[in-house]
Amino acid sequence: MSEHFPVFLVTVPLIAAPIAALVNRPALSWLIAMASAAWTLYASVWLVGQVRTGGVVTYEMGGWAAPYGIEYRIDAANAFVALIIAIIGVAVTLYARQSIAREIERDRIPLFYAAWLLSLSGLLGITVTGDAFNVFVFLEVSSLSAYALIAMGQDRRALMASYRYLIMGSIGATFIVIGIGLMYAMTGTLNMADLAERLPAVMDQRTIPVAFAFLTVGFSLKLALFPLHLWLPNAYTFAPSAVSAFIASTGTKVAVYMMLRFFFTVFGAAFAFDQMQVDMILLPLALVAIFSMSLVAIFQENVKRLLAYSSVAQIGYMILGVSMASVTGLTAAVLHLFNHALMKGVLFMAMGAVMYRIGSVQIEAMRGLGRRMPWTMAAFVGGGLSIIGVPLTVGFISKWYLISGALERGWWPVAMLVLITSLFALIYVWRVVEVAYFEEFPDDEARPVEEAPLGLLVPLWALVVANFYFGIDASFTTDVATRAAETLMGVAP
Amino acid sequence: MQALGLFNYWVVVFLMMVGFYTIIARGNLVKKLIGLTIFQTSVFILYISMGKITGGTPPYLITGREDVVYSNPIPHVLILTAIVVGVATTALGLSLVVRIKEAYGTIEEDEIPDVIQDDGQ
Repeated sequence: MSEHFPVFLVTVPLIAAPIAALVNRPALSWLIAMASAAWTLYASVWLVGQVRTGGVVTYEMGGWAAPYGIEYRIDAANAFVALIIAIIGVAVTLYARQSIAREIERDRIPLFYAAWLLSLSGLLGITVTGDAFNVFVFLEVSSLSAYALIAMGQDRRALMASYRYLIMGSIGATFIVIGIGLMYAMTGTLNMADLAERLPAVMDQRTIPVAFAFLTVGFSLKLALFPLHLWLPNAYTFAPSAVSAFIASTGTKVAVYMMLRFFFTVFGAAFAFDQMQVDMILLPLALVAIFSMSLVAIFQENVKRLLAYSSVAQIGYMILGVSMASVTGLTAAVLHLFNHALMKGVLFMAMGAVMYRIGSVQIEAMRGLGRRMPWTMAAFVGGGLSIIGVPLTVGFISKWYLISGALERGWWPVAMLVLITSLFALIYVWRVVEVAYFEEFPDDEARPVEEAPLGLLVPLWALVVANFYFGIDASFTTDVATRAAETLMGVAP
Repeated sequence: MQALGLFNYWVVVFLMMVGFYTIIARGNLVKKLIGLTIFQTSVFILYISMGKITGGTPPYLITGREDVVYSNPIPHVLILTAIVVGVATTALGLSLVVRIKEAYGTIEEDEIPDVIQDDGQ
């Protein structure tokens, strides 16, 4: 049984999706979604356990041997990414029941969970597959369902946000197919491990650098690297709260993982960084993203939009780690991928709870909420501390590795920039805290605002606790992230 | 005359640019989707051309002859998948346009209030 876990990880939510739509009862559809999410968590924990000692789990789809059949190949890097997707999947699905019941019409809820499960399955599929074309298929499964999920937002602007995301996302995905096609033309294989073996022989041909360029642009669009991030702020702002929390914590992370996988495993660090010098592009873009997007976030009035811009900046941190092309830098990138999912999950879920009670996420609408919704706002502060990078939170751990990586390369100004932009994060989190805690709640008998229901608070606080737990005892996350970085760099035993 | 021999690839590049330009330059949401479809179609042709070998036969086994050259069927199969994905993308995009028309009463991008500016709730 357990030898089939890699494929069941993906197929269980995939098969559950039409069932959730067909049963057509909101409560039952949710239960199916919840059960599938719980299953993916179980399977991914099992996978992490398998690869933690340095092993690789492979699965041959349909029994067809590797370079010809589709292979699922799980090592430390993708097991870790699958784990964070599953953790967020469980927490946000638990959270979605009440949040979605409030924000989406009743007869659409089963369809919502169908799209939700498809998105989860697609994201996990991208993560575990070892086949380049399979990556594209799962990418489209997850993206198309994400467009549908975003379009379900209450505001009519959600439609336009979803449309723009669809156009830009499809261009990105098409660029990725072009890149994969050109690689296939040169090597005649789609299996990533096989590609890695055959590519060096044809690397001096012009086709391979072209394929590399197409893939880089495609991934950058999907992971919202500045200046290709334009789809992201509106999509995150107008999506239903649970969708914002889910997509912000997983969608771009998986795209970062794809980039890592292709740069380091398929092309190899020597080609990507020495020959193509992709770090010369990634580094400045990452720095501009970190600086400018943190600055833009400070001036936002809508907290979800503020968090969206902050996400683009945080993606900059991950790409900064990638552009270092060292084990420490990659460890920082992979760690931040995990940690940022935890903190953005908390922040967006806290905003979903605010939306649930007061129907708005504008900063001025949150006056005095610290007293009316103490648990929700305390969770927001917890997530905020993490995004600033205060010690004892996960944010500190990833910034620590990022700064060590920068210092290791002798990049003093970069390390300084990371510290300065942490202060920007302090400012934008503080703006919310100030309004919520230091201003009076407007006397309005008509709207008695009370604490969010337990169905929202429990998953929210589970992630807050995770934020602090992995911040205090980082041995598990750093251990797996280091192993993932070593695997990607090819220095692992 | 190698440039002429690459006729398929010239078509690919031409279609790709036509599609890309349409996406960027047109304000009508349906026309943008048409541009996207043309853009994706160019990639289909890229893949299909890749699998074609001059003088190659369809890939079913011919016994008794030594000189048979087979076309590669895999790019064709791959692109079937990509066509399905393209159909799904277009369908989703068009249904979004229908909803946008219902919500805003127009499908011209300039007539839709800019979502970035218009942020009051």
